[in-house]
Amino acid sequence: MGVGIKVEKLNAWFGKTQALHEITMEAPANHATAVIGPSGCGKSTFVRCLNRMHETIPDAKAEGRVMIGDLDVYNGTSPVQIRRRIGMVFQKPNPFPTMSIYDNVAAGLKLNGFHDRRKLNEIVEHSLKVAALWDEVKDTLHKKSGASLSGGQQQRLCIARALAVQPEVLLMDEPCSALDPISTGKIEELIFQLKEDFTIVIVTHNMQQASRVAEFTGFFLLGRLIEFDKTEKIFTTPSDKRTEDYVTGRFG
Amino acid sequence: MAETLIPREFSSAPIGIGRRITNYFATFAALAAIVLVLLPLGAIFAYLIYRGIGSINWAFLTQTPKPVGEAGGGMANAIAGSVLILGIASALGVPIGIGAGIYLAEYGRNRFGDLIRFTADVLNGVPSIVIGIVAYGLVVLTQGHFSALAGGVALAIMMIPTITRATEEMLLLVPNTLREASYGLGVPRWRTTLSISLRTATSGVITGVMLAFARVAGETAPLLFTAFGNQYWNWKISQPTAALSLQVFTYAISPFDEWHRQAWAGALILIFLIVLAVTAVRVATKYGTLSGA
Amino acid sequence: MANGALGAPRVSPPQPVEKSEVAVMPKRGVKPLIKTGFSHIADRIFYFAMLACGVCVLALVGLIVYQLITRSSLSWHAFGWSFFFRSEWDPVNEQFGAFPFVYGTVVSSILALILAVPLAIGVAVFITEMCPVWLKGPLAFTTELLAAIPSVIYGLWAIFVLGPLLRQYLEPWLMRYLGWTGLFDGPPYGIGMLAAGIILAIMVVPIISSITREVMTAVPQQQREAVLALGATRWEMIRTGVLRNARAGILGGVILGLGRALGETMAVTMVIGNRPEISKSLLAPGYTMASVIANEFSEATTDRYLSALVEVGLALFIVTIIVNILAQILVWTVTRGTPARANG
Repeated sequence: MGVGIKVEKLNAWFGKTQALHEITMEAPANHATAVIGPSGCGKSTFVRCLNRMHETIPDAKAEGRVMIGDLDVYNGTSPVQIRRRIGMVFQKPNPFPTMSIYDNVAAGLKLNGFHDRRKLNEIVEHSLKVAALWDEVKDTLHKKSGASLSGGQQQRLCIARALAVQPEVLLMDEPCSALDPISTGKIEELIFQLKEDFTIVIVTHNMQQASRVAEFTGFFLLGRLIEFDKTEKIFTTPSDKRTEDYVTGRFG
Repeated sequence: MAETLIPREFSSAPIGIGRRITNYFATFAALAAIVLVLLPLGAIFAYLIYRGIGSINWAFLTQTPKPVGEAGGGMANAIAGSVLILGIASALGVPIGIGAGIYLAEYGRNRFGDLIRFTADVLNGVPSIVIGIVAYGLVVLTQGHFSALAGGVALAIMMIPTITRATEEMLLLVPNTLREASYGLGVPRWRTTLSISLRTATSGVITGVMLAFARVAGETAPLLFTAFGNQYWNWKISQPTAALSLQVFTYAISPFDEWHRQAWAGALILIFLIVLAVTAVRVATKYGTLSGA
Repeated sequence: MANGALGAPRVSPPQPVEKSEVAVMPKRGVKPLIKTGFSHIADRIFYFAMLACGVCVLALVGLIVYQLITRSSLSWHAFGWSFFFRSEWDPVNEQFGAFPFVYGTVVSSILALILAVPLAIGVAVFITEMCPVWLKGPLAFTTELLAAIPSVIYGLWAIFVLGPLLRQYLEPWLMRYLGWTGLFDGPPYGIGMLAAGIILAIMVVPIISSITREVMTAVPQQQREAVLALGATRWEMIRTGVLRNARAGILGGVILGLGRALGETMAVTMVIGNRPEISKSLLAPGYTMASVIANEFSEATTDRYLSALVEVGLALFIVTIIVNILAQILVWTVTRGTPARANG
């Protein structure tokens, strides 16, 4: 069900400062691609350019070609529509505190005009099952607020919320960095299963996580894509010296 | 996870026209709100200048009111009276306000302090006419006549909560390391509070005082039956006194065109002084609150 | 050290220094570092002085309550609770019923809120979410300038500008097209309940808008991004991601505005017509609690008359206090970071 992502010569700026230089890469369909690099290298900015969240920051700009399947992200379609087809999970879990768990998951659907009650129930249940949260919340769907869950549960709720609108691509910006190891494990397991139906791009500063979860990895440094290859290769026999220095822990 | 739960056409359809229209309409409505709110603001200032500027002349600023029916005269005594009343209010309100603020910041980090904080907020919300009643009972009835003192007391009561809160906030911003350095040098607590903490917070405290001042400078209700007003000059604090805001009110509701004209002039002077104070506060907050302490 | 073996010490032991002198040699111009017990007393005096100022605040509220209760007791004993439900305001025969004033206060305030709330929220939404960055400061300053204009100047403008506008244009229009509601009967004087409601609305917008802006800004950026990432338009993001999260605080701001409207005196007095009548029509003159005190207090001839007015003041005091406390609590829940929970 997923589609591939093709990025050609993507550049991005914050005001006058250029944050991304000529990024070109391809994330294959139904696989997980990790984006790694030291702090400030532009990995979050890159991922936020894929669903045009980058331009919501005042004075921020992005140029280039991004194709999600046959959808040209920067040419012709409105950002609102793009974001509908691409899901995003953020670093800090951000469920809507004024809504119940059910309403949180259904939020994206309701916004897009989908109101069939029966279908909504089905989709909410399905999304929560996929996010491995259903069993824990099925009795309190309408009673508890989205913010009353634990950190790991909240993040799974956010994943369910993103999945409910059936995106083709799922972007994850350091989804586990605010969570404890057990929750992290659960979410990594989840990513493994999601790969079958989605294309995932996951930003992580944790190299072990990248090697556990992703088939492909891109290494970013100072706004440039230094190397992009199979994860195995990046971590065992990287072609570029800078990649080698980073993965062996010599810096970053 | 097998079949698609949402029909494919749904997910690739462009955003409904209804949602787009709502989005544009929301922007339009918000813009309209801004215009509708700024319109009266502009109109008020425009009219004040238009109707008032012609009547402000030397005579207006130096003469007392003429008897009803005669043209000319001015509001000199009202301006002077306002100065007197505001002076009394400041003399009473500023020390108590700053003192209460110091108490809250330095000694009041406890339940009793919370009580005072809460009470100050309550005091802030009391309608000004009710404060007038209280000042009437406290001063006018005990003295047996209206007076500038009564008016000053009423305004002082209104100034205190604003000054207290501002002082407390500013003092809390002063880092504790400064206080500790001072104690380490053997300076006693009272001296530290005054010379170190308060000195550092000075511009913020002054801002608070000016804010309170600007707020009470235009008040009329609490003066209606405390200072009461006066046709003549008065510098005695225990006699009824004219005030600019009172005079504008009296003239505005009168049936005489001549007095209406002067009301506009008085209002223009009043708003000018207040805008001056408010702008000064803004400038001070922007450029000077804790810098160069 | 034993001084037996070496004999009596040759040097006499050093003289003890006078206890009260400084232990450190003071440099010229610098105060001694070590103090005597005097500073301890000064600290106590200072503490009590500051405490006295703090207690002053408590005492003031106590005084207000005391004054209001004692000076209204005459009227209270004469009329009891019925004071607020009777409509007869007759100083000559010493019969006082405050219902027209209660009615006038409530109607003018509600009318003001109906007009002010959408405007204030619109202004806040524009400044916080839609406005270009360079315009934010000036716009915010300008709307706050509205709050600085004294009540009497609003009243002056309302008498001579708003009133005629209403009389010549708006009120005839309302009578023609909306007269069927029954709310717009009677001659268009210009001044009256409608004028009071409009001028109150203008005065109350800055408060509501400033608090709304504050609580909207307190909503974390992640909430906005979460809604956007689901494919929402900008308005949908504002509605679901910001306004919804801030709603408790916005309600607090509205209630604070209500508190201000209830106690507002001068501008209302100048345009409401000052007639203690109850009328369904918004074009008719009315009277508010604050206005009757402002107009009649200094002319109250008898004790009971004065007492009745003070009782009106007491009622006003109690109502505004309750309203303000409610508002503070609501605003506090949002800006202190406790998110509003979903219901039931």
